[in-house]
Amino acid sequence: MQLSTKNLLGIKDLSAEDISLILNTASQFKEVLQRPVKKVPSLRDITIVNLFYENSTRTRISFELAEKRLSADTINFSASASSVSKGETLLDTVNNILSMKVDMVVMRHSASGAPHFLAKHIPAAIVNAGDGINEHPTQALLDAFSIQEKTGSLEGKKVLLIGDIMHSRVALSNIYLLKKMGAEVMVAGPPTLIPTYIEQALQVKVEYNLKKALQWCDVANVLRIQLERQNQVLFSSLREYNLAYGVSKKLLDSLQKEIVIMHPGPINRGVEIDSDVADSSQSIILQQVENGVAVRMAVLYLLAGKKTE
Amino acid sequence: MKTILDKRQLHLTILRLAHQLLENHQNLDEVVFIGLQPRGVQISKRIVDTVRNLCVGQNIQYGILDITFYRDDVRKELHIANTTDIPFSIEGKAVILIDDVLYTGRTIRAALDALQDFGRPKKIELCVLVDRRFNRELPIQPDYCGKSIDTAYSQKVKVEWEREEVVLY
Repeated sequence: MQLSTKNLLGIKDLSAEDISLILNTASQFKEVLQRPVKKVPSLRDITIVNLFYENSTRTRISFELAEKRLSADTINFSASASSVSKGETLLDTVNNILSMKVDMVVMRHSASGAPHFLAKHIPAAIVNAGDGINEHPTQALLDAFSIQEKTGSLEGKKVLLIGDIMHSRVALSNIYLLKKMGAEVMVAGPPTLIPTYIEQALQVKVEYNLKKALQWCDVANVLRIQLERQNQVLFSSLREYNLAYGVSKKLLDSLQKEIVIMHPGPINRGVEIDSDVADSSQSIILQQVENGVAVRMAVLYLLAGKKTE
Repeated sequence: MKTILDKRQLHLTILRLAHQLLENHQNLDEVVFIGLQPRGVQISKRIVDTVRNLCVGQNIQYGILDITFYRDDVRKELHIANTTDIPFSIEGKAVILIDDVLYTGRTIRAALDALQDFGRPKKIELCVLVDRRFNRELPIQPDYCGKSIDTAYSQKVKVEWEREEVVLY
């Protein structure tokens, strides 16, 4: 049994079996991370380059840790401190790195489709660590892993995504994954941040009233308001957004049930989520980060182990 | 197809292995039993159950180890990992590794590496049901052996747990 794809460009390309394989392998790696020595020699002869054309804390550290715990050799590259500022193209940069015998590429890029473009031109396996407003597959996988760990399974779970659905690659990857694994998905947020035909295009429910949406769900994944990706102002003020769509303790207490709260980070405290919710026992935000390493180890292990034809 | 151990012989062999283990280890508090995934799980369970029956009331620590991430052939073939469950410390303990068939020795080599990551045991011993003694690719020998047999690389040895037999194909 192995993955049906050579690269991890997006959840869109994966089958339900692929997703289960990654999640199952991740739970074995999670056990590895509890050992006195949290490292295995699996990828000892593999070299991985982390190409980050866009800023990142969690994802980058998480990938680097995952690589190191698999004993891979790693090279870090950030666009701002490189020859990219001298005008080198993406393909030239990557080909130059690959000529030094690098096996895998982990890439984050602000342009949607950048890793797909690269996949057409280079032989190395590519893992998408977020491309523009398209996908962030490893985030969706770690979200799914965390939901599974907390609630037992994904099948039939009602998952709500709140906030900036329009600009969120986390939302798109989550929707693809949850639908493939048999969960129900609803999106909630201001109409200006929800794509018009999302209901028909992706078979998700749409709700503009946050309280109604929270009442419906088992799990709420609160997305970050991405001010850097908005060319025009799509809501009048952060304070107004918080009043209408911020997840507060008071709102959660008014529901008749306890729901699981998630956030992919980084958190804008007091905007999309209040501090007392983010730090509460309902929130699994830090578990998500912890699981991220195990999930990325699984992805890298499964892609590196694929026979090169 | 040839039967190496029939049901009665298999039962007696397991009993003998359990007795040999007890003979060499007076204090079971200093011993941990670890079965190797996937095929060493059944045999290790049987041996540990037998040891438990022989020493009623004593605390016997038993875990299972998967060595997939320690294999030396990741690039050649992808292997799917199984569960590892070692809910105790092996630091300073005598570890008894249990597997069904000892063949090339590569699995045991990987298991020795894997055990290092759980602590520093006082010693590690190897207990196997069947030893295919002329097929070794590494200098590894069992300390406790159910039955030693001579086989060709083309042959297969399987423990059929439903029929409780060891068969050579």
